[in-house]
Amino acid sequence: MRLSANAAIGAGLVGLLALAAIVATVWTPYDPLALSLTQRLRPPSALHWLGTDEFGRDVASRLMAGASAGAGIALMAVAVAVAGGLAIGLVAGFLRGWTDRVLMGLNDALLAFPGVLLALGLTVVMGSGREGVVLALGFAYAPSVARIVRGTVLSIREREFIEAARLCGTAEWRILTAHVMPNALAPVIVLATSMFGWVLLAESSLSFLGLGLPPPSPSWGNMLAASRPYLASAPWLGILPGLCIALTLLGVNLLGDGLRDRLDPRMVRA
Amino acid sequence: MTLLTVSGLHLAAGARPIVRDVGFGVAAGEIVALVGESGSGKTMAARAVMGLLPPGIARTAGRIDFAGHDIAAATGKQLRALRGPEIGMVFQEPMVSLNPALTIGAQMAEGLALHTGASRAEIGDRCRAMLARIGIGDPERCLKAHPHQFSGGMRQRIMLASVMLLRPKLLIADEPTTALDTLTQRDVLDLMVELTREAGTAVLLITHNLGLVANYAQHAVVMRQGQVVEQGRSADILHRPQQPYTRALIDALPRRGPPSLPRFAAPLVTARNLSVAHPGQQSLFRRRPAHLAVDDVTLTVHDGEIVAVVGGSGSGKTTLGRALLRLLPAAGGSIGFAGQDITAARGRALRPFRAASQMVFQDPHSSLNPRHDIGRIVAEPVQRLAAAERARAVARILDEVGLAGYERRLPHELSGGQRQRVAIARAVVARPRFVVADEPVSALDMTIQQQILALFKDLQTRHGFACLFISHDLAAVEQIADRVVVMEKGRIVEAGLRDDVFDRPQHDYTRRLLAATPLLAAA
Repeated sequence: MRLSANAAIGAGLVGLLALAAIVATVWTPYDPLALSLTQRLRPPSALHWLGTDEFGRDVASRLMAGASAGAGIALMAVAVAVAGGLAIGLVAGFLRGWTDRVLMGLNDALLAFPGVLLALGLTVVMGSGREGVVLALGFAYAPSVARIVRGTVLSIREREFIEAARLCGTAEWRILTAHVMPNALAPVIVLATSMFGWVLLAESSLSFLGLGLPPPSPSWGNMLAASRPYLASAPWLGILPGLCIALTLLGVNLLGDGLRDRLDPRMVRA
Repeated sequence: MTLLTVSGLHLAAGARPIVRDVGFGVAAGEIVALVGESGSGKTMAARAVMGLLPPGIARTAGRIDFAGHDIAAATGKQLRALRGPEIGMVFQEPMVSLNPALTIGAQMAEGLALHTGASRAEIGDRCRAMLARIGIGDPERCLKAHPHQFSGGMRQRIMLASVMLLRPKLLIADEPTTALDTLTQRDVLDLMVELTREAGTAVLLITHNLGLVANYAQHAVVMRQGQVVEQGRSADILHRPQQPYTRALIDALPRRGPPSLPRFAAPLVTARNLSVAHPGQQSLFRRRPAHLAVDDVTLTVHDGEIVAVVGGSGSGKTTLGRALLRLLPAAGGSIGFAGQDITAARGRALRPFRAASQMVFQDPHSSLNPRHDIGRIVAEPVQRLAAAERARAVARILDEVGLAGYERRLPHELSGGQRQRVAIARAVVARPRFVVADEPVSALDMTIQQQILALFKDLQTRHGFACLFISHDLAAVEQIADRVVVMEKGRIVEAGLRDDVFDRPQHDYTRRLLAATPLLAAA
């Protein structure tokens, strides 16, 4: 079975992002942090493909470095969210009883807040900077993973192979890791794909508000924030990072839909 | 007069043939059984009669004539006019075929509203009359109720009633009682015969159960791998089969094994006044009172004997098995194993019992972890052995169950019978002294059932473990059990040696169970 046209477009956009992010770690056209007082607010040209900002820094280089920083943070945040949510969901769903009620009560309370708002509050506590943002976003998005995992675990723990394992004298923690967890992973993988998009957007929002990566480190969010005074005189400064964010989200969502359709067993034809 | 004639029917999924050159006829008012194992194409042949083939399967040749209509050539609109008033269908699982979101009344009224010009009041009257006819005490309340408020047997009666409301000329019943226990099965089928006789409806009964054929059908069509093997009068097919496959099917019916001598050794497993409670449903403020699924049961199982627990659904037999294995907590009484009281043993104290007891579950799809390969599944009970020794034990037991070399396969690559072999291998690999087998063959095809029963008995004889064999299938019990315990509503109503219970049943419930078991001899 082939990916649909939409999914192919999504894969192309995400591939472009990944390529830019990886290349930026070893090479950018200019140093994204190098100031040049003579080259301030230049429009796109042969010398600077995407122009320069108010300090004369090369926008193309900063967008690439921003892609690298944003994708890295989003990946790590998704990893934190999946690890945390998986652990909480497995324990709550497997043990049931009071553990479940307490954990899921807290979880639902957190779920009541929008992810960005929660992350916003957490960065205030943890401080900005890379680690702070990763942890804040990870904690903010873990509850939705925990919900899904718990639901899956509840149905798996009633399956007879769990009882069979118990009858074999297998220890409870081994039943959890060897029998329950592998069967609970599939929905988490689908969720993690689409979560990457949300987290990337949330990271941009935090940076836009000045709570993400501190300047002068480039990120799409703080580039967008810094462009506001120049929107009339140097519109490329705002349009380009905005376009990057929009295209990346579009790509992730198209790819996520395509993956979901493909992983859905009901879509498999004889 | 012939009502339905199917001739030269070919069905195919793409290039793969599903049904090849199938022909049979159904006369008005008679019951014809379409018999076969899974994959024989019996359901697809019947669906073709209704013009209801699933997407991907198409009719490639053949004629289907129904009361002057050429179904093969009928348009969608013509077919819709036939379905309901002319041809009705009842499916295996009434929970799936009844819409859980609609009331019984809405679903019963649907066909009448579509196909007759009856007024709402008239439809209501006819539904109420039909529900009263099938023995529903309060038809008014039933019409307002939802499917989940009824038991499986009740749902199937309601399904039957709503199909028969339109008095179709032909009723297609696809394994209508396979999901039900023996007593309910008999009720539902007797009701089906009564209703169709009253309305003069012919029945095409799709089944894998030869006992049902003997008891209910005048004619039978035996199918295998998409082809008709043999057809004719039921009595001829069952008592004078012409084809080897038909004979194999009949030979696959369980037969009573040799009697065993009563044992005087000390019992291995004892349950004394054991009670198990199902917790009541938790509502917002209080827990509803629990009810006893197993109530004051006392029984013993000796080394090397098979004790069968029989009873209808809801009799508590499965709960008893799980409680004996300490998968469910006891609410009262005690469980002893090899002289030790294990009723409340935990952790280390329970370990010797866990090592010496095992279970075979009913559904091998659910009892094998889909992500583990066969080698790993079978190795689980012997996980404490060294790797080389473990691999040897697994290879040996897989060889014994006829699956040598299957270690690297995954459960979904195996057939139902093979999976149940894996489940049995896992149960006996650690040489347990006690095995609980919970309906181990009821999810399998009849020839496979026979193979698995024979394998199980063979392993039991060779390894000499004690076994609690839980089943609603009295024929299987008759074949392999040494002693029989009959349960009703959580209590033991009769217990004794197999031959005594089968030949001289004392309790009324046992007699009813035996009478409801469809047997060939009845034909």
